[in-house]
Amino acid sequence: MTPDLRRLLPSDSPVTLIDPDGHATGDVPDDATLLRSLGALITARRLNDQAYALVRQGRLAVYPSSHGQEACQVAAAQVLRPQDWLFPTYRDTVAATVKGVDPVEALSLLKGDWHCGYDPYEHHVAPHTTPLATQLPHAVGVAHAARLRGEPAVVMAMCGDGGTSEGDFHEALNFAAVFHAPVVFFVQNNEYAISVPLSRQTAAPSLAHKGVGYGVPGERVDGNDMAALLTVLGAAVERARAGQGPQLVEAHTYRMQAHTNADDATRYRDDAEVAAWVGRDPITRLRAYLTGRGALTAEADAEFAAAAERAAAHLRDGLNQDVEPNPEDLFAYVYSTPTTQLREQAALVADELSREVAQA
Amino acid sequence: MTTVAHHKLSLAQALNRALRDAMAEDPTVVMFGEDVGALGGVFRITDGLTAEFGEDRCFDTPLAESGIVGMAVGMAMNGMRPVVEMQFDAFAYPAFEQIVSHVAKMRNRTRGRVALPMVIRVPYAGGIGGVEHHCDSSEAYYAHTPGLQVVAPATPADGYALLRAAIADPDPVIFLEPKKLYWSKEEIEFPVRAPGIGTAVVRRAGTDATLIAYGPTVPVALEAAEVAAQEGRSLQVVDLRSIVPFDDETVCAAVRSTGRAVVVAESSGFAGVSAEIVARVTERCFAALAAPIRRVTGFDIPYPPPKLEHFQLPGVDRVLDAVDDLQWEES
Ligand SMILES: Cc1ncc(C[n+]2csc(CCOP(=O)(O)OP(=O)(O)O)c2C)c(N)n1
Ligand SMILES: [Mg+2]
Repeated sequence: MTPDLRRLLPSDSPVTLIDPDGHATGDVPDDATLLRSLGALITARRLNDQAYALVRQGRLAVYPSSHGQEACQVAAAQVLRPQDWLFPTYRDTVAATVKGVDPVEALSLLKGDWHCGYDPYEHHVAPHTTPLATQLPHAVGVAHAARLRGEPAVVMAMCGDGGTSEGDFHEALNFAAVFHAPVVFFVQNNEYAISVPLSRQTAAPSLAHKGVGYGVPGERVDGNDMAALLTVLGAAVERARAGQGPQLVEAHTYRMQAHTNADDATRYRDDAEVAAWVGRDPITRLRAYLTGRGALTAEADAEFAAAAERAAAHLRDGLNQDVEPNPEDLFAYVYSTPTTQLREQAALVADELSREVAQA
Repeated sequence: MTTVAHHKLSLAQALNRALRDAMAEDPTVVMFGEDVGALGGVFRITDGLTAEFGEDRCFDTPLAESGIVGMAVGMAMNGMRPVVEMQFDAFAYPAFEQIVSHVAKMRNRTRGRVALPMVIRVPYAGGIGGVEHHCDSSEAYYAHTPGLQVVAPATPADGYALLRAAIADPDPVIFLEPKKLYWSKEEIEFPVRAPGIGTAVVRRAGTDATLIAYGPTVPVALEAAEVAAQEGRSLQVVDLRSIVPFDDETVCAAVRSTGRAVVVAESSGFAGVSAEIVARVTERCFAALAAPIRRVTGFDIPYPPPKLEHFQLPGVDRVLDAVDDLQWEES
């Protein structure tokens, strides 16, 4: 094998630094770093479960939960600096919140108030993208523009295992490699694309191998191991920042719940399969490791739980508030200046409303 | 004081000059696509730009239209004004999802926080003896998508003025360049004074009927008006210039002034821009119309092979036949 090819190939098995029982198997980040991540993980889980509950209460139309994938969510954002960009999918609400977006604003899309509820420039978080993989070429463009201007920004571009079959995934990897753009492509392989298993997406040895054909180094990581994620993603980000080009990272994880609340996962997978992943929970694992080292005090753990409750309460309060939608918004943001035709259509709606008021 | 200069330029040269002037004025303007670098584009619209402005400002990309447009979206999000070239009309289709789901919607999705000042240049339509997939009139797909602006110049001066306006615009523009007019020349006065995007112009005054055309059919309409004049009929010609935004005011005023109209468009008529024009003008000007508005368009067929394309293209005779059909009173 040529050194060039070796540089591109991922490890034979996913990088793991803490095993499912909480024992270190490699060079683990320091306790302070991991404690910070544990706190974020606990809040992440709480937000996922709170959002799920809010769907049942009718406050959200739907919620694609990242329950079980929280280590990926937290790590993707924690390895970034404020100037770096995050490109999330519909499943990556939690990652957006770790990058700084208010969870209430992040869920505006699913609450139905507006599509993107936050200012993408405030925390450098692109709008959640639903058309699969289409955000990945944008990530390359943001990174290329930063590079042309000599800004040290890196872009974290997220997608799922199913998304890797879309053309834009391949075009984005290829463009990033050719232009040497500072992008980390981060695939959360949670085994399913709605009902379709990974085996129907690809016959490749792993998704990380898909980088080879583009000259993009690939790496695979245990997606439920916070320490491994911080290490692998952190190294990829810093390599990109140092001008060494893009990288593809595949995290092996599992979608513990249905695709969304509207989905019935029992139609395509066994309970036993799900149960097997319970033992690999990312929070249990990190807590076991830190407890084993005596690094996690009862006070700290209690404070993590309290912070998670505060975040959940903030989410509840925000989503329980009814914002009266403004029909003028329908026409306000199509162009910088509404066209004559849009002004006419806005006037039509205004007229309908005034007649409603007159009748009432 | 700006000095006035006159240059005789083809549409292709005028577009090239517009790109060069925009890039010289604004360092955030970048141009990329397939073969736009050393080659200068298959139609030479980007000729010399890489040499003058460097690899970072005008560059070739991998051959992937979705990637090209998607990368432009990201660059526009991050402070640049990208101009991308789709090599031919029918080769822009791989980028359709990016155009419809992102280019057109980003401002709206983000309540105006993320604007996309970008231009997608598309050498378009037929009349050059091109083989299949090189002659599509694709304007209806774009015009039907809220959030896009769609323009089609018909003269070198407009090519320059509209491309400068498109690059300077805060919103995305689909810039349709009629291929068969690339080599037509005219004397242009610089600095160019021309109305911006969203404004139609009356290219020829006339009193009996109005021909409404855009892009490749504007010269056809002008020629038809010339022939009609010799036969004693005075035809007015409106050049839309901009399909979106649509200039209802100019078009309707023109139709009202004559009471008769024919829309001339190269693309298939069914569900096309020509159908929209007839609908809008009829809704607004019904009382002023002496006859139903007629259309002369391409047939509802895939673009034919070169040896048959003259049947598909609206020609002067077909336009004049349609004019003859406009229920003239016997005189
Ligand atoms: C282009 C496109 N096709 C189909 C869909 C519908 N869809 C939404 S999510 C999804 C599954 C995606 O799976 P994956 O990429 O693995 O992400 P996950 O949902 O598992 O996080 C599909 C098919 C879509 N959003 N976009
Ligand atoms: Mg998946």
